[in-house]
Amino acid sequence: MNYIALKMLFGDRAKYLMLLCGLTFAMMLIVQQGSIFWGLMIWSQSSVSNLNVPIWVTDPGIAQVDEVKPIADTAVDRVRSVPGVEWAVPLYKGLLRARLSNGEYHQITLTGLESSTLIGRPAEVLEGRIEDLRQPDAVVVDQWTVERMGGPEVIKIGTIFELNDKLARVVAIAKTQKSFTNIPVVYTTYERALRYVPRERRTLSYVLAKAKDGLPAEEVTARIQAETGLGAFTSEQFGWKTVRWVLKNTGIGVNFGTTILLGFIVGMAIASQTFYLFTVENLRQFGALKAMGTSTATLARMILLQAYTVGLAGYGLGVGLASLFGYLAARGGGLPFVETWQLLVLVLAALLAICTFSALISIVKLARLEPAIVFR
Amino acid sequence: MTTPTQPAAVRARGVVKSFGHGDTQVMVLKGIDLDIYQGEMLLLVGESGGGKTTLLSALAGILDIDEGHIDVLGIPLSELPARRRTQFRGETMGFIYQQFNLLQALTAAENVAVPLLIQNLGRREAVRRARLMLERVGLGDRTEFLPKNLSGGQQQRIAIARALVNEPRLLICDEPTAALDGPNGQKIMELIREVGRSPDRCVVVVTHDSRIFNFGDRIAHLTDGRIDSIDSIAREGTA
Ligand SMILES: Nc1ncnc2c1ncn2[C@@H]1O[C@H](COP(=O)(O)OP(=O)(O)O)[C@@H](O)[C@H]1O
Ligand SMILES: [Mg+2]
Repeated sequence: MNYIALKMLFGDRAKYLMLLCGLTFAMMLIVQQGSIFWGLMIWSQSSVSNLNVPIWVTDPGIAQVDEVKPIADTAVDRVRSVPGVEWAVPLYKGLLRARLSNGEYHQITLTGLESSTLIGRPAEVLEGRIEDLRQPDAVVVDQWTVERMGGPEVIKIGTIFELNDKLARVVAIAKTQKSFTNIPVVYTTYERALRYVPRERRTLSYVLAKAKDGLPAEEVTARIQAETGLGAFTSEQFGWKTVRWVLKNTGIGVNFGTTILLGFIVGMAIASQTFYLFTVENLRQFGALKAMGTSTATLARMILLQAYTVGLAGYGLGVGLASLFGYLAARGGGLPFVETWQLLVLVLAALLAICTFSALISIVKLARLEPAIVFR
Repeated sequence: MTTPTQPAAVRARGVVKSFGHGDTQVMVLKGIDLDIYQGEMLLLVGESGGGKTTLLSALAGILDIDEGHIDVLGIPLSELPARRRTQFRGETMGFIYQQFNLLQALTAAENVAVPLLIQNLGRREAVRRARLMLERVGLGDRTEFLPKNLSGGQQQRIAIARALVNEPRLLICDEPTAALDGPNGQKIMELIREVGRSPDRCVVVVTHDSRIFNFGDRIAHLTDGRIDSIDSIAREGTA
């Protein structure tokens, strides 16, 4: 009977293709939107992940990583003195305007790294050496900064621009995760950062720290919090805090949530509708099977088999197409697209649920079906 | 051979069936009494809309009746639960419809094999037996054709093969010639009589096509919801 079910499904090629297209489209839409959404979320916390340090310490009222709340300079030493802290270094982070030699101005994020260790520096370098930051006036930019400020003709190794009327010379180009705001990032040392920015009472933005080996970061952040009164977060916590903030405050959450949900509902509606139509159009044939002695349980099994078969085919195609899109569009990290297995599992579960659901509607219809229909 | 002393294979008593409710309720069957014997071919005739199909559906256990009893091969069909009825139908009955009702995606042989597959016979054996059956209805050279590539008469032959492949004790045909032209209708009736009729099977054919009346052994007239007369048909060569 399974054989008959599959033949019925594939035999009507036009209907099968329609069904498959509907499902494929729905799956593609959901996976694509979901992955873009997830990619954006990853981007929104790239200011945390790009620095790749385990613990962030700052003002306890901090909402997200890009909103800097300066703390007293003494905080570095206070964090260092907390038991369980392996090391702690200062980080400067602030917005500044850069003036290029062609006269253009660009808003940039200046990131100042502790000069002896350069902790928080980008993990990958495309050109030059990060260590050259220790040279006079040296700064490092990332590939997105190059792109935003006019491309490799304008920004390359050796390029000189002004930060607050003071010279900055590019010594390396790093490779980083694109950020959500895509404000160009300029790295320099902590001390030089302070020379670039106008004098303020408090200049320390963050203390970056690491727990001693064998101690969980969560435990050490709790100690830092208790002993210094500062806010201390693991990079994971801080990343999520930032993601949540972006979701809540930018409308991205609502917008994308709506798109994904709509994609879901529309896609699933298309899928279940087409599948239902498929069954209804085959009602007479199912009626004939019933008249010939096929039990309702067997008919139900046949319908479920049909639903899952076309459902899984649509899933495979949809995910494949979405991945292809992601691969083509997001090559090089220029578009946010992060396809996680969690999303794929979730979508698969939803798909199976919807297949079951639309199959059930059809099954109920079949169970109520008078096989006498075949005499008409 | 239709000896009234022999117990009837199908026995209907006081069968009543209405459709709709309230003001729109119509009583279609108003107390049907009918016996059909093994080995005979009974024609059931009457006006269009008179309830012939309704009666057939009831005899096949496809339709619940409001009142009365139906026994088939000694089994009180009208009292069986729906599941048992479906199973019983699959094991003992074959159907031929006006609209053929073939599965469009299956080949002729696969269509004929369906009743065997329903009885859980393996596909290979089922299709083998289906091919033999198709040979008996003269379609041995069309076993791998899809229904849409065959003529109406050929499709009805497939349906006949399908109805008989299971060796049913009761063969039920509802206007089997209505979708066919005259000569093809005659051929189909000849075929049903030839391969369908057998000593341990009863065949019921519903029709309002007077050109095929002479194919039956007896002819029952359904008028105003009742069987008002049953005539034996004199046929030369009928044992
Ligand atoms: N499922 C149904 N619901 C309502 N009315 C029905 C149904 N089946 C048959 N009828 C009505 O019962 C009457 C007899 O129908 P039917 O048995 O098909 O007649 P025949 O086969 O003799 O042409 C018709 O008036 C038809 O409209
Ligand atoms: Mg009828």
